[in-house]
Amino acid sequence: MALGSILIAAIAFPFAAHALGWDYYVGVMTRVMIYALAASSLNLVLGYGGMISFGHAAFFGAGAYCVAILAQEGVVSALVAWPLAVAVGVACALVIGAVSLRTRGLYFIMITLAFAQMLYYFFVSLKAYGGEDGINLAARSRLPGFDLRDETTFYLVVLAILAGCLYFLRRLAASRFGAVLHGIRENEPRMTALGYPTYRYRLVCFTVAGGAAGLAGALIVNQHGFVSPGLLDWTQSGTLLIMLILGGVGWLYGGVAGAAAMLLLEEVLSHWTGYWKLGLGIVLLLVVLRAPGGLGGWLARGGARG
Amino acid sequence: MNALLLLEQGLNGLQFGLMLFLLAAGLTLVFGVMDMVNLAHGSLYMIGAYLMATAAQATGSFWIALPLAMAATAAIGMALESGLLRRLYERDHLSQVLATFALILIANDLVRMIWGPQALLLDAPRALARTIEVIPGAPYPAFRAFIIGVGLAVAAALYWMIARTRIGALVRAGASNREMALALGVNVKRLFTLVFGLGAALCALAGAMLGPLLAVQIGMGEAILIQAFVVVVIGGIGSIRGALVGALLVGMVDTIGRAFLPALLRGFLPNNIADALGPTLAAMAIYILMAAVLYWKPTGLFPARG
Amino acid sequence: MKRILAAAALACVGFHPAGAADKLKIGFISTLSGPAAALGVDIRDGLNLAIKHQGGKLGGLPVDLIVGDDTFSPDVGKQLTERMLKRDDVHIMTGIVFSNILLAVAPAIFQDQTFYVSPNAGPAELAGDRCSPFFFNVAWQNDNLHEAMGKHVADKGYRNVYLIAPNYPAGRDALNGFKRFYKGATSGEVYTKLGQLDYAAELAQLRAAKPDAVFIFLPGGMGINFIKQYNAAGLAAAVPLFGPGFSADEDVIRAVGEGMQGMFNSSHWNRDIDNPQNRRFVADFEKDYGRAPTLYASQGYDAGLLIDSAVRAVKGRIEDKNAFRAALRKADFKSVRGAFRFNSNHYPIQDYYLRLIARDEKGRLTNRIVGTIFRNHSDAYVKSCKM
Repeated sequence: MALGSILIAAIAFPFAAHALGWDYYVGVMTRVMIYALAASSLNLVLGYGGMISFGHAAFFGAGAYCVAILAQEGVVSALVAWPLAVAVGVACALVIGAVSLRTRGLYFIMITLAFAQMLYYFFVSLKAYGGEDGINLAARSRLPGFDLRDETTFYLVVLAILAGCLYFLRRLAASRFGAVLHGIRENEPRMTALGYPTYRYRLVCFTVAGGAAGLAGALIVNQHGFVSPGLLDWTQSGTLLIMLILGGVGWLYGGVAGAAAMLLLEEVLSHWTGYWKLGLGIVLLLVVLRAPGGLGGWLARGGARG
Repeated sequence: MNALLLLEQGLNGLQFGLMLFLLAAGLTLVFGVMDMVNLAHGSLYMIGAYLMATAAQATGSFWIALPLAMAATAAIGMALESGLLRRLYERDHLSQVLATFALILIANDLVRMIWGPQALLLDAPRALARTIEVIPGAPYPAFRAFIIGVGLAVAAALYWMIARTRIGALVRAGASNREMALALGVNVKRLFTLVFGLGAALCALAGAMLGPLLAVQIGMGEAILIQAFVVVVIGGIGSIRGALVGALLVGMVDTIGRAFLPALLRGFLPNNIADALGPTLAAMAIYILMAAVLYWKPTGLFPARG
Repeated sequence: MKRILAAAALACVGFHPAGAADKLKIGFISTLSGPAAALGVDIRDGLNLAIKHQGGKLGGLPVDLIVGDDTFSPDVGKQLTERMLKRDDVHIMTGIVFSNILLAVAPAIFQDQTFYVSPNAGPAELAGDRCSPFFFNVAWQNDNLHEAMGKHVADKGYRNVYLIAPNYPAGRDALNGFKRFYKGATSGEVYTKLGQLDYAAELAQLRAAKPDAVFIFLPGGMGINFIKQYNAAGLAAAVPLFGPGFSADEDVIRAVGEGMQGMFNSSHWNRDIDNPQNRRFVADFEKDYGRAPTLYASQGYDAGLLIDSAVRAVKGRIEDKNAFRAALRKADFKSVRGAFRFNSNHYPIQDYYLRLIARDEKGRLTNRIVGTIFRNHSDAYVKSCKM
């Protein structure tokens, strides 16, 4: 099966890269997988929950800051810092979701954006933790049994986490909870009439996604070694949305495909020209006009045979 | 805190607010009449500023360059609308977000290709490079006073156009009920193109006014776009009156907040907390304002629909 | 999907870097876009001129200058640094204008045991207890030019000064430096947002505070906008404006024009310093680039000369890091400033001059040295450095 061979290729990649001397690209692929996780968490909100959130980067950034601040204070254990990052993501999503989900349409988009900006200014105000200039990660998280400072080990740990989360997403979508979400997405008044507490279902969905984004944040600050309030900016939320739409909203692998496509396109294009954003923009326009379902939709329609 | 300082900051707030109005007016019309989320609105503002700087350089005169830049930007806007954006009207908001975000990327790189990465210089007209006494004893930069004048004039002109002319009636009809307007035989295509052109011209005017105060640089649209969206949401989608009231509110709250909130807080909080909290709250102020307005009036202050 | 992955993999094949010890790879990251671009562009052009003057080589090795634009963002700077260290395997890094970006990328560079020669940013953090054997600053320590103005303003008898600087490491260093030598009263100490361009609110506040002098540190586009708005607000006639050379050099003079005449500022270099290498530098820079060099350009040029002297001293064997470091420390080159030497924390010990903006004999509005404020001045942090 295609999925199996991709997984095997992914596991083999860092070893092959090391043999060829391409160690730098192991880091690149790790970054792709972390953004795939962040975009997939947005997929839960948007694709499965039907909510257009323009503030998802806030949870991503909050998780990253959690790990960075703990590291600066001397707490580097992944078993403490990473679950805390998830908890921070959940807490922020709970508060923001509780207020925002009372609105609809453009107003929901704007409120989520506003809250993300507020969280951005909050991190700017933390002078002890770098303020606007951001902070370097004091040390990579320590996971017992794994030396995360080794790029290959870190890559495999991230791969495992991504695979685990995608599996969880698949189970969630196929469950009763997922079915109710689907119903709410299709026709909310009907679900309400049937007696379902739609607000509560949406809030749970939003919160779980926030937690997953927080976990992605913990991983990105480890990979990048640095976090600044810019990670919570609305343009970052926009980038996550773009990745997801490019990959295919509602498709289980939409986040993965979109993150891979966008980041690899950036890496390849930036080699040839400083104007790679132009190329990316044109590709995105073509996707909107010709392939509205993103890569997922294109594949579902037969894609490229073979 | 003396009265003259309050007056000067008040004028600053008025100046900022009126510039936001120029941007928000076009944005709210496009959203109201065509039901389209246009993230590229900020790019039209940037293009307008660049064209203005180039024209001012070439002709040596601010006054000759201004109508040239506005006309050129309006033409670009109308070409963009009829060539590309009109395909998006029937699509969902998400596709519009993706497409117009792509346009931001393309516009930034095209501008960089044509004008280079450094910021351009745009000077205020020589005649206005002095102060005037708004009231005796209160000097205020003449150029900023001029901006206030221009903003008020545009507001009056737009009001007259919307409330007293046939085109204005068509715009109001389209904003409040597009299907009905279509059914009544309005030449919707031409109306839409004109509305978009008008929005683009207003963007160019704002760019020309703010260029001398800020800098004509790539990405200048993204910073101000969010504030324009906040104004539109506060004012109510599709309403020029709402855009004006919203813009003045946002302009005043932002300026007065930044100027006086830190000092105010120092009055009853310890200095170091006040110095950290003050600027943060001031930055968040407009978002808190938006949340408050939406709580009290969920569709904005003066929504065009319903 | 498989096809796409395969294509992407193939595309990456062509970009495997060839490790070469017969070329000098210099990673140059600077701010090359936005309102502060003039600074990064000048440093780059100064460095390129130094390389050109040595025949396209530094220390006998042909130079591969890899240029990246940090777009004024620490995040982008960090990404570029990763790429240059890991993918391009650079031997030396240089170029950064702003201290916040430098502090974000420095730990990774030092951890990689790569040398960094700073042609501008000189944060206090890297001069004192966090000094590094891999860090060399060929310009100044951030406080220095402001210390000089502090002394001048104090000597001139001003008693009520209003201070403005951006809120980032160099901004804080600036006002600390100024206050180290100016002990009088300050009617305001304002930190603005880095990159802020509209100073309406700050100017209103300034007017209400009624100071007898204003000291600003606002480099690049920030300074240009502030000074233009200061003049437009009618404050220039009433309250004299002082600043370090950063807010009064050729880029600001070009942008603001007449309004700059008569402004006093401090600097460690000026075009009229009389020695053969400076005369050659200024003449060739104007010929090649069509504009007068700023102090930033002189720093980029000196960085090139420093690297040239060190590579020459180790005869191209830069892999011997201890020998290369010793060669850098010796600083055996003829700086456009005249004599040049490093302190124990790898920051310069040098003279600082008072400059005045006036018309020269050719009628051009430019800086002229009118006095010396400090001789053989070192920074305030060297004692905390354990090197």
